[in-house]
Amino acid sequence: MLSLHFFASIREAAGRSSETLKLPDSVADVQGLIEFLVAREPERLAVLSGDNRVLVAVNQTVVDRSHSLQGDEEVAFFPPMTGG
Amino acid sequence: MRYIAVQQEDFDVGDEARRLREIASNVGAICTFSGLVREFQQDAGNRAVSELFLEHYPGMTEKSLEEIVDQACARWQLIGCRVIHRVGALHPGDQIVFVGSASEHRQDAFESAQFIMDYLKTRAPFWKRQSGEEGSQWVEHRDSDELAAERWRS
Repeated sequence: MLSLHFFASIREAAGRSSETLKLPDSVADVQGLIEFLVAREPERLAVLSGDNRVLVAVNQTVVDRSHSLQGDEEVAFFPPMTGG
Repeated sequence: MRYIAVQQEDFDVGDEARRLREIASNVGAICTFSGLVREFQQDAGNRAVSELFLEHYPGMTEKSLEEIVDQACARWQLIGCRVIHRVGALHPGDQIVFVGSASEHRQDAFESAQFIMDYLKTRAPFWKRQSGEEGSQWVEHRDSDELAAERWRS
């Protein structure tokens, strides 16, 4: 199972901080996962595709949209960092 | 020798500097930086901030800080390095972050501390939400912070 996590403004838009998801057969990479989530839940998750500054981390490392997924990863979505 | 902590508790800059000083007898330079919550945030139209809430990504936060310190240690001759970042609800005047570098010579301590702060601001998963009389909003990412990190790539 994929473990999905949402942080900060993305968490607020999603209305939750995490969920688990069986990797859909149609999804091969991060871009595909975003398209799947937005199509499934456009009112809450359009923010993932509408703003290309949303960062995606797979297993706690920031990756490109072309990063491939096997189905057992931790995938997190969040806005640019503002710490320090 | 390194120490990395993500915590709600406050820290004492004097204690942190002393720990760096006591690591080894060849420490010849210590640079410490501490970041504080400002009462007036420029990107909030200079309105007063009553609370700053720091959210983070447990696990990735510590991993990111480790990687940033790894890079600093590969680039500069460091004897010790301490990074502390607070999370949760903070208020004007509170300390948010501490970076301390100890080295034989000053350039390594100065530059590594600045590098760690510049990278931390854009590479470690922390997010600030500020509240005041006008309500609350997420602090916007600043392009100037990205440029500050980019300049170390050359």
